[in-house]
Amino acid sequence: MSDLLTPQAEAREKGVALSKEEQPYVEVGRDRHTGWWLLGTVAVWLVLFALFHGHDTRALGLQNTTGFHEWLNHRRDWIQLHGPDNWFFGGVLGHIGSGATNLVTAFQNLLSLPSLGGVVPQIGWLGVIALAAWVTWALAGPRSTALVVVALLVFGILGYWADSMDTLILTLLAVAICCLIGLPVGIAMARSRSVSAAITPFLDGMQTMPAFAYLTPFALLFGIGSATALIITLIYAIPPLIRITEHGLRSVPETTVEAARSMGLTRGQLLRQVQLPMARRTIVVGINQAMMAALSMATFATFVNGPGLGNPVNLGLQNNNVGQAAVPGLVIVVMAITLDRITTAASERSEVLSRSGVASVSGPGVMLAGVVLEKLPRWATESAGKGAKQPRLTPAGRWTARLVWLVPVLVAVYLSRTFLGLANFPTRQGWPFIAPIDRRSLQKLINNVTNWLVDHIDKLTLAIKNDVTRVLIDPLQSLLASSPWWLAALALVALGYVLGGWKTLAPTVVSLAVIYLVGLWNDTMVTLAMTLIATLLVMVIAVLLGVAMGRGRRTDTFIRPFLDAFQVIPPFVYLVPALAFFGVGRFTAIVAAIAYAVPIATKLVADGIRGVSPTTVEAVRSVGSTRWQTIGKVQLPMAREALVLATNQGLLYVLSMVVIGGLVGGGSLGYIVVSGFSQDQLFGKGLAAAIAITALGIMLDRIARHTAARAGR
Amino acid sequence: MARGALRGKTRMIAIVASVGLGLAGLAGCGGTVKSASGDSGSGAKKCGNFRIAMNPWVGYTADGAVVGYVAKHDLGCTVSYVNGKEEVSWQGMNSGTVDTILENWGHADLTKKYITQLKSVVDAGQTGNKGIIGWYVPPWMAEKYPDITDWKNLNKYASLFKTSESGDKGQLLDGDPSYVTNDEALVKNLKLNYKVVVGGSEAGLIQSFKSAEKNKTALLAYFYEPQWFFSEMKLVKVNLPAYTDGCDADAAKVACDYPPYNLNKLMSKKFADSGSPAATLVKNFQWTNDDQNEVAEYIAKDGMSNEAAAKKWVDANQDKVKEWLKGTGAS
Repeated sequence: MSDLLTPQAEAREKGVALSKEEQPYVEVGRDRHTGWWLLGTVAVWLVLFALFHGHDTRALGLQNTTGFHEWLNHRRDWIQLHGPDNWFFGGVLGHIGSGATNLVTAFQNLLSLPSLGGVVPQIGWLGVIALAAWVTWALAGPRSTALVVVALLVFGILGYWADSMDTLILTLLAVAICCLIGLPVGIAMARSRSVSAAITPFLDGMQTMPAFAYLTPFALLFGIGSATALIITLIYAIPPLIRITEHGLRSVPETTVEAARSMGLTRGQLLRQVQLPMARRTIVVGINQAMMAALSMATFATFVNGPGLGNPVNLGLQNNNVGQAAVPGLVIVVMAITLDRITTAASERSEVLSRSGVASVSGPGVMLAGVVLEKLPRWATESAGKGAKQPRLTPAGRWTARLVWLVPVLVAVYLSRTFLGLANFPTRQGWPFIAPIDRRSLQKLINNVTNWLVDHIDKLTLAIKNDVTRVLIDPLQSLLASSPWWLAALALVALGYVLGGWKTLAPTVVSLAVIYLVGLWNDTMVTLAMTLIATLLVMVIAVLLGVAMGRGRRTDTFIRPFLDAFQVIPPFVYLVPALAFFGVGRFTAIVAAIAYAVPIATKLVADGIRGVSPTTVEAVRSVGSTRWQTIGKVQLPMAREALVLATNQGLLYVLSMVVIGGLVGGGSLGYIVVSGFSQDQLFGKGLAAAIAITALGIMLDRIARHTAARAGR
Repeated sequence: MARGALRGKTRMIAIVASVGLGLAGLAGCGGTVKSASGDSGSGAKKCGNFRIAMNPWVGYTADGAVVGYVAKHDLGCTVSYVNGKEEVSWQGMNSGTVDTILENWGHADLTKKYITQLKSVVDAGQTGNKGIIGWYVPPWMAEKYPDITDWKNLNKYASLFKTSESGDKGQLLDGDPSYVTNDEALVKNLKLNYKVVVGGSEAGLIQSFKSAEKNKTALLAYFYEPQWFFSEMKLVKVNLPAYTDGCDADAAKVACDYPPYNLNKLMSKKFADSGSPAATLVKNFQWTNDDQNEVAEYIAKDGMSNEAAAKKWVDANQDKVKEWLKGTGAS
């Protein structure tokens, strides 16, 4: 069983010829002496560094700007002054903005806000739970239904009913619109290579450009409030869906398509009757990923007055109150796991699949941040397949059952519109047993645990920070950022070439040129140093955890929930504890990045280890190899492809935390993006920093991708 | 297999569609029972909607909570809060989604853009709060090294402030990306042996002071008043060369302290001209740093809700609230 199939590997297994573009240019098994070349390049770099360091580093002061930044400021000013009267900005975008606001408000009146003239929404909590349960039952089966009911009750009990309804509305609306736009685009990209090549850079940009950079301009274009919140959510959530749709359609075996064509199907028929149904499961994974991405924007929406759970999270951050931020953060985690579980169960239910645990099927084709086709909480979904088995009823019988059950649901909805206690979630004061279970007690618990930890280990953690900074961060940063810009650029191009071959040249050179031209060379090099070190540490942790998980089911079951939680919890939640443990500094920024990137890398490593054929492992063991020999000599080398993929994903996840790192002392590009969001005169500089981050991301992704293609042989 | 999958899809569409239709039907019916309790006093019609920007720091939240509370209870306004950064809130007054900003820290560039050029925002007078920006040390340091509060002695102590981020120089921790800082220029022009390190957020600054005081480690950082954190820890300001008018005109050559800020209120032009009693309330609103810190402390330290914190203060300070309500017609 191989959990991890790159398109190449898949094609290899099936004996299908690769297209020219996917074939690496090197022959199989040729020894390229990569290690020696790397050492040589670094040695030359060090010599030149000794000669030239400190010159031409292109450093820029905190409040200083370049002509390009000012130019961006002027564009912004122009839109501010003339936008409202302009046919495009005021007219077209203005209408889109107000349309989006009305759409969100309509749903808010239904579920979360007092509707016109009333004091409660149209449907109270009881009605929402009944409806949600009914829909989940019909789509995904009884186990999911139980989970949904419990999750919704948790939202209410913790006192975040309205906020969670708002976040749900934004997430689901964004995903619905994603499907409307994303599916056709994905289909078009699957049909034509040139369309795909034209659109891919935009998707790369949408996924790597930090949201902070376009919050203000979008608030300018679409107005403050739910419209902008919806649109930024959409921008971040749509790329995974498009990429995965394309990937799914392309993965339909050529022979099947040929056979269908020979039967005389038209293109439209082929799409509707063969390709879409066969790619359906993958597309659902795409929807699932879009949902997770949308949810991760919940905390950003609040900066432009978007409704939802981001507001209490940010309030906690403002008050320096860990518990206050953590409780709504946990609500987001519960919501993510529930939504993930429903979509997975729904897709599994309609298609009985013999394959188990499609944990990740991503490959170099869909590598950019957040595009891992990954089924989130395995521990929660594992039983779904079994539990979701349908009762043996005829379709007519099933529909009848559904209609019968609709009656009590509608009664519940009616009741929730009639009685105040069933409309607003009750406060439970004076209730036996349940009264003390609320957000305050949970907040207090979290705060006490954090404070205790901080009091007892902060001296140790601060010492770790100082050592790592001195030994790892300072030397690498000095090499990258104190080299003259031309030396660092040459070195990076050379390293890219040694690792990934000539195909890396064009993207590396273009990315570096962009970074140079936006005027933030030095800051980008500092960011690059931190990114590389964070990725290194991520991989160390991921290999340790991943091997343990890959070798032991029980370890896997124990660790996986923590990985899931850290993957979806908003980073704002753990900023304050991270600051308490490590103080302000670059290392703290790295810690935040590690917390976010370790889960994905670990899961990929674990899947890779598990993918090594058990017979091989048995054979090695039978000749008397120790456990460490088995891991070091067999399992890790055989999971090499997974390790490279994990590194790539880890790298991009780390990069997506650069801005968050800027909030805790990471400085450089992340801080510039944040200050550009906050200071009027630094807007252009912030946008330039965001462009630099995107360029850095694309450069690193391309190098890693081509390295992966080579290592995969 | 294809047929089965197709049937599944149709089913999903059917379910989603039927739920959608059902919800639409419900929405069409309108609120059945609840509209009866919708009235909130006779003043409601007079004031109408009052949208207060809620900028992201606790001191501001205190202003917003108290003004909002008074507007709702004494004027019967329908108060809503617009969360956003300062920039975004200014934009909101320009585009008509925000009525007022209750605490504004200078922002000469935004003032020029919106008040002078676009004329969409008007000044609504001072809040009575005095804003101070400067360099601060934790209390234990001021106690142990009393002369540290004079900038001339900073170089003497520079080695104390060394961190992993500042190399062989002392660290000056800068902070919130929202505020303009002259610190790099100051360090250079005052010939201080320090390096500016960006903390990146208010949370970073506050947490750093907490750790420094707890572990008795050295810290010199950019901070500001009014700030609720002062009620928890009395930070001590380091005196830089005194501010004189125009000494900060050239940002690169600045070698003096930050100017004192008289924090002011802003209103959108449209709201100011609307004759709403809430506009009068905003104009009248004035209080002291201590007042603000008191409410901010209720919120940040005691964990009270904004409304509860506002109510507690308003109930205890009826005399001040009466002053604010003059000319609004509220009894």
